[in-house]
Amino acid sequence: MSYLVPLPVVVPLFGAALALVLGRRPIAQRAISVTALVVTLAVAVLLLWRAHWHGPLVVHIGGWRAPLGIVLVADQLAALMLVVSAAVTLCVLLYSIGEEERADPGEHTPVVIYHPTYLVMTSGVTNAFLAGDLFSLFVGFEVLLAASYVLLTIGGTEERIRAGTTYVVVGLVSSLIFLTAIGLVYASTGTLNLAQMVGRLDALSADLRLALHGVLLLAFAIKAAVFPLAAWLPDSYPTAPAPVTAVFAGLLTKIGIYAIIRTETLLFPDGRAADLLLVLALLTMLVGILGAVAQSDIKRLLSFTLVSHIGYLLFGVALTSGPGLAAAIFYVVHHITVQTTLFLAAGLVERRAGSTNLDRIGGLARVAPLLGVLFLVPALNLSGVPPFSGFLGKLGLLQAGVSAGGVLPWLVVVAGTLTSLLTLYATTKVWSLAFWRPPRLVDPEAPARLPRLMVGATTVLVLLGVGLTVAAGPLFGVSTEAADDLRQRVPYVRAVFPGGPP
Amino acid sequence: MTPNLVLALVVGVLFGSGVILLLERSLSRVLIGIILLTNGTNLLLLLGGRPGEAPILGVTPDAEMSDPLAQAMVLTAIVITLGLTAFLLAMAYRSWQLTGHDEVRDDPEDRRIVRRAKRHELAGPDDNAGEGPWPPPGGVVGADPEQVDPEPAPRRLDDEPGGQA
Repeated sequence: MSYLVPLPVVVPLFGAALALVLGRRPIAQRAISVTALVVTLAVAVLLLWRAHWHGPLVVHIGGWRAPLGIVLVADQLAALMLVVSAAVTLCVLLYSIGEEERADPGEHTPVVIYHPTYLVMTSGVTNAFLAGDLFSLFVGFEVLLAASYVLLTIGGTEERIRAGTTYVVVGLVSSLIFLTAIGLVYASTGTLNLAQMVGRLDALSADLRLALHGVLLLAFAIKAAVFPLAAWLPDSYPTAPAPVTAVFAGLLTKIGIYAIIRTETLLFPDGRAADLLLVLALLTMLVGILGAVAQSDIKRLLSFTLVSHIGYLLFGVALTSGPGLAAAIFYVVHHITVQTTLFLAAGLVERRAGSTNLDRIGGLARVAPLLGVLFLVPALNLSGVPPFSGFLGKLGLLQAGVSAGGVLPWLVVVAGTLTSLLTLYATTKVWSLAFWRPPRLVDPEAPARLPRLMVGATTVLVLLGVGLTVAAGPLFGVSTEAADDLRQRVPYVRAVFPGGPP
Repeated sequence: MTPNLVLALVVGVLFGSGVILLLERSLSRVLIGIILLTNGTNLLLLLGGRPGEAPILGVTPDAEMSDPLAQAMVLTAIVITLGLTAFLLAMAYRSWQLTGHDEVRDDPEDRRIVRRAKRHELAGPDDNAGEGPWPPPGGVVGADPEQVDPEPAPRRLDDEPGGQA
């Protein structure tokens, strides 16, 4: 079965090459992209099944044994992330194909490079999830970031170049910090293999460990858009094309969180940064959601809620307890799905009404009732209204926070509840301004029928988000087991080095 | 390379000057800053590996070999940075094509705040957010304490967010 492990990286990359060669044939290109992502999704599901029942799968690339060679590890956490990300990228791809078919001549996206870049980004994402050593994690990050730079500035309009400048420079700086961290870790432990680092980091002095921990956290916190380092996100995401924003919002920040989870559990389980992370989680939640409340554009508002809800994920990780981590993993799954759906719905709003500016549109619920449902359900889900998965995830986190006890966790619990309410306020604001009120469209000429594929893809994601509620029991089971594995550290190390680390 | 004080200082100077250049508004200077930072990081990576002779089996005794992994990582990092530098240069050029300069402008939020400050909060509902011309005519730019450089004159004034060029 271990031959399956590299496939989520290789298949999209191969698809990207093919799609680039067939750039002149849009239909063939689309078929290739969809096939590549369907295969990735199928493989990811198999990997999750296998990792859940039989333990982590490891592949040593080129037959070079670790620590000399590069390893790819598909444990439960990685496989779960793979499944969610593959499902989301597939839906967004279908959405963007639906958009391409009816593209306005003015903002026609260059189809030729869109599909290959999108697939390269997917393979970077999967590579980051599967990476078994720090340097291939870096390479995965670079692959997905480089592709995301291209996707964000696609078309090269003035506004996108402006937003892209910030995004690219911030991305480059965070990568450099990560690279510096890699250099420091290598200098102090002599290895970059995560499983081998476990023992060697434990042998270092506590202060040196804290310094390495800090540099790694800094790099990942920029990528995950944690509060003081999150200003780049709401500024750059909203200008990109709707599907691109959606997939960025869903996946890219979560990879930062994924890296933080690995750092906090596998590499530095001593929890010395836990208090700092709790404070950051609190500030991220509150500052993010207050930013969202002040916005008058749907896309910008959603970007701020994205920042705010990163705080929840950080909260779960910072609790350093089994239930906290399990709830955080569940929340990642929920949030990837829901945030992507909301951005896709915002894209539909833009297409139907001609703008996402709340001051200029209104009455969409009467004009396009289905669109109203497609927005309302994920919006309620995001705010944590029962019985949606957002409620279950937040409940899990708050319960873990309460059982942890202490002043700081309690403060974050209060802040989390407040953030949930404010999220409800922000989404209700969008609802009452854009969907109620007398109908008011910026572009009355806009076609009344939205492309079927776009609506279909959004509907599938909405249903997937609702399905998370139904499947919450088994999903919580998987995330609890994944959290246990992470906290024990032994399963991961034993999977890479069956005979003990050298 | 044997780590010594001079090399460590060189890394420090490269990082320091890189960070200072990063804080500039002009994209070309930011780019130079990033290049300096990258070189600093690469040097740091190189210093992390064991120094010694060329690591070739059968030529160099095992004990005298340098650590090839650090060098391999630096090579990878150089390749990645090369590509991204080229991309950033292309963006600076595109920015120059579109606006006549390559300066990083304030984001829509800052522009909104500057406009509000200009109106002294006298105006009614903020119904044309992000639609006004930038920079606002009449030297409000000087009121922005964050901005060190004078704002260059943009070629076009109709910058609606999300608008198409």
